[in-house]
Amino acid sequence: MSSILGKVLRVNLSTGAIATEALSAELSKAYIGGRGLAGKMLADEIPAGIDALSEENKLFFVTGPLTGTAAPTGGRYMVVTKSPLNNVIASSNSGGFWGAELKFAGYDVVIVEGKAKEPVYIAIKDDEVEIRPADKLWGKKSNETTDMLLEEFGDPKARVLNIGPAGENLSRIACIINDRWRAAGRSGVGAVMGSKNLKAIVVRGSQKVEAADPDKFKAVVSDAIKKIKENGVTGQGLPAYGTAVLVNIINESGIFPTNNFQEGVFPLAEEISGEALAEKYLKKKDPCFRCPIACGRYCEVDGEGGGGPEYETLWAYGSDCGVSDLKAIIKANNVCNEIGVDTISAGATIAAAMELVQRGYIKPEEVTGPALTWGNAEAIVEWTKKMADTEGLGAKMAMGSARLTEAYGAPELSMAVKKLELPAYDPRGLAGHGLQYATANRGGCHVRGYMVSPEILGVPEKLDRFAIDGKAEWVKIFQDITAAIDSAGICLFTSFAIGAQEYADLLTAATGIAYSAEDVLAAGERCFNVERMFNLAEGYSIADDTLPKRLLEDPMPDGPTKGYVHPLKEMLPKYYEVRGWDAQGIPTEEKKKALGL
Amino acid sequence: MQVTVKLFATLRTNRFKVKVLDYSSGTTILDVARDLDIPKEELALTLVNGISVEVDHEIRDGDTLSLFPPVGGG
Repeated sequence: MSSILGKVLRVNLSTGAIATEALSAELSKAYIGGRGLAGKMLADEIPAGIDALSEENKLFFVTGPLTGTAAPTGGRYMVVTKSPLNNVIASSNSGGFWGAELKFAGYDVVIVEGKAKEPVYIAIKDDEVEIRPADKLWGKKSNETTDMLLEEFGDPKARVLNIGPAGENLSRIACIINDRWRAAGRSGVGAVMGSKNLKAIVVRGSQKVEAADPDKFKAVVSDAIKKIKENGVTGQGLPAYGTAVLVNIINESGIFPTNNFQEGVFPLAEEISGEALAEKYLKKKDPCFRCPIACGRYCEVDGEGGGGPEYETLWAYGSDCGVSDLKAIIKANNVCNEIGVDTISAGATIAAAMELVQRGYIKPEEVTGPALTWGNAEAIVEWTKKMADTEGLGAKMAMGSARLTEAYGAPELSMAVKKLELPAYDPRGLAGHGLQYATANRGGCHVRGYMVSPEILGVPEKLDRFAIDGKAEWVKIFQDITAAIDSAGICLFTSFAIGAQEYADLLTAATGIAYSAEDVLAAGERCFNVERMFNLAEGYSIADDTLPKRLLEDPMPDGPTKGYVHPLKEMLPKYYEVRGWDAQGIPTEEKKKALGL
Repeated sequence: MQVTVKLFATLRTNRFKVKVLDYSSGTTILDVARDLDIPKEELALTLVNGISVEVDHEIRDGDTLSLFPPVGGG
């Protein structure tokens, strides 16, 4: 027995072929599973240079060895594909219950290839797998799609993963939704589903995921849960306020991007804070599968309920657009989940549009809806709805801030790295976190090496947030351990409380493969290097390891971070050296050999 | 001397959000916490004018103090 089932489901939508195949034991061991395993398989299976929205691209829905087990937060899965937003390797993580259900149905991985002639969905019930017509579902939003599919499938306990109208329209910021409002959010993975005419995957399984050493597994799981419960962040802060608790911390530190990163302090932050959310709109907690943290929120406004909003969403639609109306932010969040767009990229793109208006690039006659002016609460809701449009300014915005600002000849107003919109922390006050933004393989992302943890939260130890020394080493370790966690099938938030040794113990007992803490970190490093090599093959270079010009050249104008820019140029050479890459950011032969690549 | 004290998350329970308080010179953050009946172990993050400092840091007239319990997110 092992929590790795050893089974891959491959569905070709062009030919209709449905097949299962054995998962390579060698790859499972070297890459753990999840992000690492699928990244390696994708890199091996698709040639460089293909169009991400062509039938040559493939979609990997991949679990990890701990998905579907009793391990704390063991409900995560990854969507790995070539991103249509920026042509780099995409790996979008999601929680909820869908990933665990896929394991219960007997699969570690589902690979979707080709393109269906008409809209379809895939139905999985243990060994029974079918490609079914989805013409009635096409155009429907997430909740309606889920309701219709659950009825048609005939089992209310089935789990649904779907795209909304944005994914169908090939929006480059379209996400994949599962369990109604959990999202594999970033990199436009929803558009890849849309390009394949794949509306949804419904899954129901009846099997248990057994650990290789059940007694040992029980013991290490209970040790991990104890540490998570006893930790202040995972045992108190996140359960009480969710991720939204960060609003005030980040704002007080003067790194809360405001009006498209033009400022770093939002005077009305209190109104959109986790504390305000808990007081006014929180109805209940909404935990994912087997999660002792339960940071998920369920909020209601005007009788309409939904999951979230997360910290990132409160920022993107809040201070980044100058909006302090919490009710409007919750509504915009719900619209994102319904039409299937990433809340970070969608909010940040509206912020970019507001700055395009501020600077006169977008003419008033183009704004066929509420004024795109800072602080306009109506605008954030209505323009999000318009991102489901196929023409007009809404449709342009649905392509993301990089394409939008480029269309107006002002690409410098896109606050993105490798076209992926930056999240809610201004790197001018976070030296390590900024280095991580510039080097994350999917582009401007905070969850590929969350340096906010040591630089602001003091976990695992407090670092001077402006200092450069030692940060390259920290970023490398954070990126590698994160890649390993993303490969294991559990939530990154566990890392506030447990470390490489605990992950090694969980994986060893679950899989029967002996992992040391060093093996776990090495698997993460292997994953990170495979992704880097994928991107290099796509033509990316060190010129792309950068930050928006504003963050490198314009000193922060106000607040506790006043006067700082990000010192990226001083940090990158050391980072490449620590990574074992040459001065051009290319993994050396020695490094590749050491990692078995 | 006058100091603006801001409390966040659970530290607000039965206390306040923000207050301007009078302290004598030489007062440390830990002294303020004691005055407000906040146990040391509940103080995870202490900022003075937006910059992280240790709890034995002496505050000055006009400072803004932001106190947080253990919190995190992403």
